Amino acid sequence: MRFYEYEAKQVLKKYSIPLPNSLFVQNSDSAFNAATDLSTDVVIKSQVLSGGRMKAGGIDFANSPEEVKIKSQTILELDINGLHPVGVLIEEKKNVVQEYFAAVTYDGRAKKPVIIFSDMGGIDIEEVANSHPDHLSRTHFSAAKPFSPFTAKNAVSAVGVTGRELNQLSGIVTNLCKLFLERDLTLAEINPIGKLEDGSIIALDCHLDMESEARNTHSAFLTEIGVPEEDNRQARPPTQFEIDAANVDAADTRGVAGNLTEFDGNLGLIIGAGGGSLTLFDAVRAAGGNPANYCEIGGNPSVAKAANLTKLICSQPKVDKVAVMMNVVSNTRVDIVARGVIKGCIEAGFDPAEKIAIFRIPGSWEEEGFALLERYGVDYVDRSVSMHEAAQRAVQKMKGI
Amino acid sequence: MSILIDENTKFIIQGITGREAVTMAKELLDYGSKLVGGVTPGRKGREVHGVPVEDTVRAFTDNQPIDASVISVPPAFAADAVNEAIEAGIKLLVVVTERIPRKQVAQFVEYAEQEDVRLIGPNCLGIISPGKSKLGGVGGALESCKQAFQPGSIGVMSRSGGMTTEIANSLSESGLGISTAISIGGDAIIGSTYAELMPLFDQDPETKGIAIYSEPGGRAEYELAEYMESTGSKLPVVAFMAGRFMDEMPGMRFGHAGTIVEGKADTTSEKIVKLSESGISVAEKIEDIPALLKQRIS
Repeated sequence: MRFYEYEAKQVLKKYSIPLPNSLFVQNSDSAFNAATDLSTDVVIKSQVLSGGRMKAGGIDFANSPEEVKIKSQTILELDINGLHPVGVLIEEKKNVVQEYFAAVTYDGRAKKPVIIFSDMGGIDIEEVANSHPDHLSRTHFSAAKPFSPFTAKNAVSAVGVTGRELNQLSGIVTNLCKLFLERDLTLAEINPIGKLEDGSIIALDCHLDMESEARNTHSAFLTEIGVPEEDNRQARPPTQFEIDAANVDAADTRGVAGNLTEFDGNLGLIIGAGGGSLTLFDAVRAAGGNPANYCEIGGNPSVAKAANLTKLICSQPKVDKVAVMMNVVSNTRVDIVARGVIKGCIEAGFDPAEKIAIFRIPGSWEEEGFALLERYGVDYVDRSVSMHEAAQRAVQKMKGI
Repeated sequence: MSILIDENTKFIIQGITGREAVTMAKELLDYGSKLVGGVTPGRKGREVHGVPVEDTVRAFTDNQPIDASVISVPPAFAADAVNEAIEAGIKLLVVVTERIPRKQVAQFVEYAEQEDVRLIGPNCLGIISPGKSKLGGVGGALESCKQAFQPGSIGVMSRSGGMTTEIANSLSESGLGISTAISIGGDAIIGSTYAELMPLFDQDPETKGIAIYSEPGGRAEYELAEYMESTGSKLPVVAFMAGRFMDEMPGMRFGHAGTIVEGKADTTSEKIVKLSESGISVAEKIEDIPALLKQRIS
């Protein structure tokens, strides 16, 4: 779950990382007041979960409250990469003489957290890694042992920083590492960290991601920051179809029947499990099909759960037919899914033989499942028909071939 | 031969009285695996399909050699269960549990490494050496499992549990069969990666080729490509890459926890280039895997 910049800065503040003064506002009148309170030149920053804000016009500068009001209005109305801002951050403008980069994340290869530090902040860090490798350090540390500040010092020192800057930056990176571990983050990045004319060092922009699985552990902390519980923070806001599917999944703890993402097409997909869904979605597209949705079923969901997801998908006006497909299943029972999709289809007011383009779930309890499908006249195939072939048959049926 | 497990592997299930674990225990016993018991705190004295339940791992390891443990407990208890097994001296752990926070995974993976414990998973369906033994839910019920996993010469490694079976099934239908198949887990941090398991397959005289299932997210495929280039492994490897549509949707989350595209190197197209450069064949469809392997096994 990604934090908005204004939320992330509250988090940094709790971890004693120095920041410019700023105020989060949601309309241009409040922006005017914020600028009056700050009484200095300010930066207006769109609060949107997307990179590339500067390029898109989501960041602007102003030196009077009147100018802040006008420019805030423009930024508040500007969508960036399809996302609408939740507000703007009005922040003191600082004169920076040197920029640094610091990030903490997990390295799946080393299986440990890693500090990435550079004295060339503010620009694309992958570019620094390629063209100036001596200006970038990677320092792994243990997630199991207590964090010791020397690790942060090593990371900063490795790019040649010394003197007062070394000590100030080590302090910031130490706090960033503590925050990363204590709050189950998967990314904690400050870019840039700015050194000001008076020699002080502060965090200018940041990006924090918290692991979704750990959200419950930190619910009190998130409430303090003001993050709403139901906010899922995908790359775009969820559609009604997606919200309804999430409710189907949450209503029953047994198995998975959800994680639905809406697409523009007309072929409803009831697919699983995790890897099978990825494979089948690709297969449908490769065959020239237009999926109405991505989803995942697996882990042996109940009949009711499979039925409710099917009913939801079949009820979407844009869905002409549905394809029910999985890899050869181990722990999910074929007969239970078959019963569920037939029930859901009928409850939505459709004839399963017409609405279900194909049923391809081989594996445990398949004989019982296939017998049921036979009775309702549903077109089904066993494991001798591959996932890609099944996807192709579904697409052909959509095209009336 | 096989890797990691064989017909003599004696093991327990931690969390054996859970709904899914009870089904798994039945399937493992049906398959002939040497499951000797299970652990659920407070349930000592019960039996699950005829094997005893104890409160602690020590209750087993104090009295007999235990080669492995399958950990199937709720996510909140998983790290503790792993630590208990490591401390009791068990050297092979299969962590089935999904949705364990990444920090906890990093912590117990580090502990396992220190103690020379081989850890598979988390978020996996386990290991199977067809005709000998299986640890975990991989393959499911007996008949369907035997049909999908026939003994043979191909090693399988997969980030998806379900796709382990799908790939194995196509290898069995083609007559190649499987030496050992491992569902390595779908999380961003896992105990054993493709590259870390490859040396075991390289040393196994029965394994003649490798099939892997791969997804967007992470750098495990790069690590495998580097292993292939640096060791000059003789085994032909065929990879299948799912989730190609995700390249167009950075930041969205699909499939497993490890499947989120965070940078260019995470995308399927970048990974396909890297795998191909290292001599790994990339299959367009699952059913193409056996033929690609046969071409390369001389």
